[in-house]
Amino acid sequence: MSIENRGTVKVENGRYRVKGNFHYIYPNDPIRNSKGELLGVTNPRDVTHIHTYGGEAPFFENLSKGKLLATKCTNSKCDAHNSIFIPYRIHCPDCLQRCKQVDITALAQRGASVHTFMITERTGAFNTLETPIRFVNVEFEGIATILMGYLSVGEPKIGMKVVPIFQTKNPTFTIMDLSWVPKGTSESDLPEGFSF
Amino acid sequence: MIKFSKQQLKIPQMSKPVYLVTGGMSKFDRAIPEKRTEELVIDAFLEAAEFIKKSPEELKSYIHSCYYGHFADHFGDQLLGEAVIHDRLGLDPLGNVGVKTGGATGGSTIWEAYKAVASGYSDAALAMGWERMDEVPTDEGNHYIASAADKDWETPMGHIYTGYYAVMAQKYWQVFGKEEDSFRRTLAEIAVKNKGYARMNPHAQSPMKITVEDVLNSPVVAHPLRALDCCLMSVGASCVILADEETAYKLTDNPLLIYSAAGSHTLRVADRRNMDIPLLPNETPDQYKDLGKRFPGGDRYPGFTGFLAARMAAYYAYGMAGIVDPNEDLDLVELHDAFTISDIQTYEDIGIRPYGEGRTYVESGECYHTNPLTGKPGKLPANLSGGLIGNMHAVGATGIMQVVEVAQHIWGRWGEMHGDEAKWKLFNRTKPDDWTNLQVKGAKRGLAISHAGVGSHVTATILMHPDHKLERKA
Repeated sequence: MSIENRGTVKVENGRYRVKGNFHYIYPNDPIRNSKGELLGVTNPRDVTHIHTYGGEAPFFENLSKGKLLATKCTNSKCDAHNSIFIPYRIHCPDCLQRCKQVDITALAQRGASVHTFMITERTGAFNTLETPIRFVNVEFEGIATILMGYLSVGEPKIGMKVVPIFQTKNPTFTIMDLSWVPKGTSESDLPEGFSF
Repeated sequence: MIKFSKQQLKIPQMSKPVYLVTGGMSKFDRAIPEKRTEELVIDAFLEAAEFIKKSPEELKSYIHSCYYGHFADHFGDQLLGEAVIHDRLGLDPLGNVGVKTGGATGGSTIWEAYKAVASGYSDAALAMGWERMDEVPTDEGNHYIASAADKDWETPMGHIYTGYYAVMAQKYWQVFGKEEDSFRRTLAEIAVKNKGYARMNPHAQSPMKITVEDVLNSPVVAHPLRALDCCLMSVGASCVILADEETAYKLTDNPLLIYSAAGSHTLRVADRRNMDIPLLPNETPDQYKDLGKRFPGGDRYPGFTGFLAARMAAYYAYGMAGIVDPNEDLDLVELHDAFTISDIQTYEDIGIRPYGEGRTYVESGECYHTNPLTGKPGKLPANLSGGLIGNMHAVGATGIMQVVEVAQHIWGRWGEMHGDEAKWKLFNRTKPDDWTNLQVKGAKRGLAISHAGVGSHVTATILMHPDHKLERKA
C-alpha cells in the first residue's frame, strides 16, 4: 500500500489544524506454528504523531539557521546562578525560574572537546544515520552540561576538538540538524546540506 | 553543583517492619509464543503459592493491594495492561497501580508494595512484574527501548539505547580501565561467570559454557562492548508477596525482613552536573581527594562514569538496614548487569569497592560462588541467577526476579528451586550433567540492585533473616 496524502499540521488560534491522513490501514495476517495451528495475528499500523517542542522550539528553529542556543539561569539568588545549560533547559533545574536564552554558536565554533564517544554498527528501526554511527559527547568551556551529538567526519577521540555543523539546507527541524566535525575540517568535506 | 539538604538525606524511617513472605518466577525466554502474558504471570504466582504450601485462593485472600511492574506499554501493545493482569489473577476489586521506571521497574514495584505495607495501608501486598519483548522484531525493539531516552535530544540519533550507554562505557574504559587488555579480560570474566551460572538455572534464557576468548571474539556492539557483554531481551514474569509481621507469620514460619529504597538521576546523561561524591558508611571524606590524580579524567563526579542514582539508593537502604560495609554485612548480591562494564561501575556506586577499583571485586575472585583463586566460597557472590546477561531481562520482572533469587539463598532453598528435574522438563530444558547447587551456605543477608536506563532510576532492596537483623545506626 502506498503512503499518499501524508498528514500535515498547522496551529491556528491555539488549535492544531490537521490535513491529510494520519493513519494507514493494512490487513493483518495469522501466525501459525509448524503444525499449522493458530497462535496469534500480526497487528500492522502506521500512525503519524503530533508533537510540540513548546519552549524548546527556538533551539530547533535556530539549528536550521546555523545557530546553537543554550539557556542560562539568571536568578542571582539561585545556587545555579549563571550556569549555562545545553541541552537547552526552559527552566533552571534548581530554582525553576525561566532561563534566559544564550547564543553559544561562537563559543562552540572556537572549539568544544569530546568528553567521550562511541562507535556502533547497530541501530534501531527508523534510524537515518549512516553506519557506523559515531556519537560524541561534547564539553564546552564554562558550560555545566555535556551535550550528546554525532560526528559526521573523522574518527572520535577523547579530548579532540570539534566544531558544530548545521543542516541549513532542507533542515529536518530535529536534533539531527546539528552534527560535529573535527576542528579544521574543510567545508567541502561536510555532508550534503550541512554548513558551518 | 548539586547539593542535598539535610531533609533530603534523611534515612527513611518506616512505620513498621516489612517481611518478604514468598516469591515466584515463570520461565524466561527470548520468545514464548505459546503463552499470553497473563499465563506467565499466573505461572509466577502459582510458584509463589506453592513455595509456602498455600493454595492460590488462600494466598490471594491475604492480599490487600497490588503493584504491577510493566515498563513498556508499546512492547505489550496494551495500555492499562495492569488491569488485564489484575482481572486474570482474580484480584478485583482490590486497589492496584502500575509502576514504570525503565529497567528499574521491578525494583520500583517492590518499593511501592513495601511502602504500602510499611505505612499500614495493607497488611499484605502483591508486587508482580512482567515484560513481553517478543512481539516486535529486534530492530523495532531497539527503537522501542530507545524511546526511553529523550525523544527530542537523543532517540533520533540511531534509535539505539546501547549507544547512549556505550559513551559511558567508553569513558569508564579509558579513565578507570586505562584501556588495558587486562581490564577488557576482567569484563569478559563477568560474562563468562554469569552465562555459566545461568546453566544451573532452569528459568534462564541464555545458559552458556564459554571462555574469556569467546567473549572477546563475539561481535562488537559498541567498542569496547561486544555481544556477549550485553544483557538479554526477554519475556517472563516474577512476583513477591510482602506483609507485616503478624500477617507474614500467619503465611509462613520463615519470612525475611525486607528494606527497599530508591534513587534517581537525569534521564539524559548530558544533563549531569558536577558534585561531590556522596559517601557511604564504609568510605571516608578524604578517600577520593586524589582520584583524579590516580585516574586522570576521573575527578568529575558522577560524570559519565558513576551512577549517582545507585549510590543514593544504597545510601538510603544501607541506613535503613544497618549495613555499614556490604562486603562484611551481606552474603550475596544480585546486580543489574545490563553490560559487563556497568556491572563494574555499580560495584563502586554501592560501596563493594571504592570508585576506580571496581575491577578488583572480580579479579579477587570474591564475586564468585567459589573463588577460583582460593577454592573457598566467594566472600560476596554476585548474580548466581545468571543475571541479566545469562538469566533474563524481562524488564518489569527483572528486579523482582533478583529479590526472589536472593531470598531463596537466605531460605536455604536455592538448590530445591533450581535443581528440580520436573521444573527443567516443564520448561523444556535439559538439566546439565554437571549441574551444581549454587546455594550460598549460611546466607543471612542479601541485596538486589534494580537499575534503569543510563541510571535514571535505581532501587536497592535488602533482605535479611530476622535472626540476623542489624541495628540501624542512626
